[in-house]
Amino acid sequence: MSRLHELFARVRVRGRPALMPFLQAGDPDFSVLERLIPALVEAGAEALELGVPFSDPIADGPVLQRASQRALQRGARLADVLEFVSRLRRSVDVPVALLSYANPLFRYGWERFCQDAVAAGVDAVIPADLPADEAGPLVDASRACGLDTVFLVAPTSTDARLRLAAAASTGFLYCVSLTGTTGPRDHLSADARALLRRVRELTDRPAVLGFGIARPEHAVTVADLADGVIVGSALYRVLEEARDPVVTAVEFVRSFAEALRRPVR
Amino acid sequence: MTPTTLPDARGRFGPFGGRYVPETLVPALEELGEAYARFSRDPDFRAELAVLLRDYAGRPTPLYFARRLSDRLGVRVYLKREDLLHTGAHKINNALGQVLLAKRMGKRRVIAETGAGQHGVATATAAAMLGLPCDVYMGREDTERQALNVYRMQLLGARVIPVDGGTRTLKDAINEALRDWVTHVRDTFYVIGSVVGPHPYPQMVRDFQSVIGREARQQVLEREGRLPDAVVACVGGGSNAMGLFSAFVQDPSVRLVGVEAGGLGLHTGQHAASLTAGSPGILHGAYTYLLQDDAGQVLGTHSVSAGLDYPGVGPEHAYLKEVGRAEYVAVTDAEALEAFHLLAELEGILPALEPAHAVAYLPGLARQLRPDAVVVVGLSGRGDKDVDTVRKLEATP
Repeated sequence: MSRLHELFARVRVRGRPALMPFLQAGDPDFSVLERLIPALVEAGAEALELGVPFSDPIADGPVLQRASQRALQRGARLADVLEFVSRLRRSVDVPVALLSYANPLFRYGWERFCQDAVAAGVDAVIPADLPADEAGPLVDASRACGLDTVFLVAPTSTDARLRLAAAASTGFLYCVSLTGTTGPRDHLSADARALLRRVRELTDRPAVLGFGIARPEHAVTVADLADGVIVGSALYRVLEEARDPVVTAVEFVRSFAEALRRPVR
Repeated sequence: MTPTTLPDARGRFGPFGGRYVPETLVPALEELGEAYARFSRDPDFRAELAVLLRDYAGRPTPLYFARRLSDRLGVRVYLKREDLLHTGAHKINNALGQVLLAKRMGKRRVIAETGAGQHGVATATAAAMLGLPCDVYMGREDTERQALNVYRMQLLGARVIPVDGGTRTLKDAINEALRDWVTHVRDTFYVIGSVVGPHPYPQMVRDFQSVIGREARQQVLEREGRLPDAVVACVGGGSNAMGLFSAFVQDPSVRLVGVEAGGLGLHTGQHAASLTAGSPGILHGAYTYLLQDDAGQVLGTHSVSAGLDYPGVGPEHAYLKEVGRAEYVAVTDAEALEAFHLLAELEGILPALEPAHAVAYLPGLARQLRPDAVVVVGLSGRGDKDVDTVRKLEATP
């Protein structure tokens, strides 16, 4: 059984969503991330979403655009990200999903990417701008070497598109909480619970909520419906101001982990 | 509407095109595709657009025989005078079509990206006339080199939003417009200015611009009694070229020539010649030719012409190149500037720097053609917006 399947099997039994921080590969620097990630796992991160930097991140708001830009300026490319994951695998055993825009994957080669990703210890690929109906070559290549694929669904998705994305997703289904780009929000979108409910009705795939989750209480609000929550921009908002990124990130992740562990009233 | 039967139902021109966007936008693109299919066949919609193109935009535009230029080059050169349209460029053909469609679809707001400012001005114009609020995204660098167009858009009631991300030019203006659309997709219509982007935009923009080719084909037949030997147009995203080419694609005797921005020269890497010097990749919703590095990161571009300063190109051009139906070449900034002067001095026409690229390729093309060959050139816009740029460039040694 894959790392992701094991994780979500556990999640379903215990009835509490997995905490899945997003980290931009290459920002902070890989050497910092190599110390930071095991510390986050220690603090309660149960899976990682690792972003591949891209020059034109159209699904991202300003915070993650800046993170991607900094990573690119440091020279971080897809090949470096894969190499980093294989180093990370010496100390970290939680599932790692790569979130990438389509062009770096295409340019690397769909098949070569999937093979190298699996060899590096990547568990899943999440293509940000590749809806399931355009993802044939990536899905075929992933199936051939056992890489999980994760597609996104949004509040605007019709039921037919939810089914399509669910059918193409093997690791989990990435539920976009809001109509918009990534970025911390003051309130959890009113669409989030409605989307999770629709997903629950239409599929038994694990449903992971991302986009706009900025505070522990946002995660707690969906704990009864989501199999996982992804926190990215809010983490980078505090990291941008941090004197010590490891200490800051650990505090941030711990606050989410503790809130999720607290018994629901 | 057009003799071209592509794209297929999935928005593909051969392997090119498609719909590579975040999931949030897919339902909106499906809605747009259905609305466009419905209204483009609707007699009321077509009649209303035809009246606007005639009475408001100033169609048909003349096909002008450029006598002195023809004498100089030894071929018969006709200029399709899109520069004479309201707002000064072909962009108004598409902007009127899309804003009218937005209105019919019940959208309450339009957004657009712009490079040189011509598409932004055209969209702001159409939005003012049809009574819709309009926000235009423009790279910070472009707001500086096309300051007059920024003010024109503001006078027309549009809000111009400078974009500081990435390369601060057209590519990043499109990124930011897409982000706006992802956020406001339910009530906002994104008016894309060229034959780029996800399906159905490349098809829809081509169709709205195909009026250029239909008129030109009929006009050249009336004047010369035969089809032209070649049709030449500049290619940034490629909307004026696609509009012009579409009427001649099925005529194998007509050479289709797209002229890209060679910037400081292809060997310098400082250019915007995606088809001539790029490779296939995925950007702004489509699989097409791109300027990119080995790792699939999209490269910055350079052109003296803000309207050609774009690292991608319409997927139908990628297809026409791949099947060998059209040929694509590049001319440098310096050659385009020379052509700008040539047309001013020989014909009394100041072209925009974008079509000055098409004019710049004419001497090279004329040498490949027999004497008295007939060439139709897309003069996509007028040069008023560029006068200051040219003056500054030539003041510095």
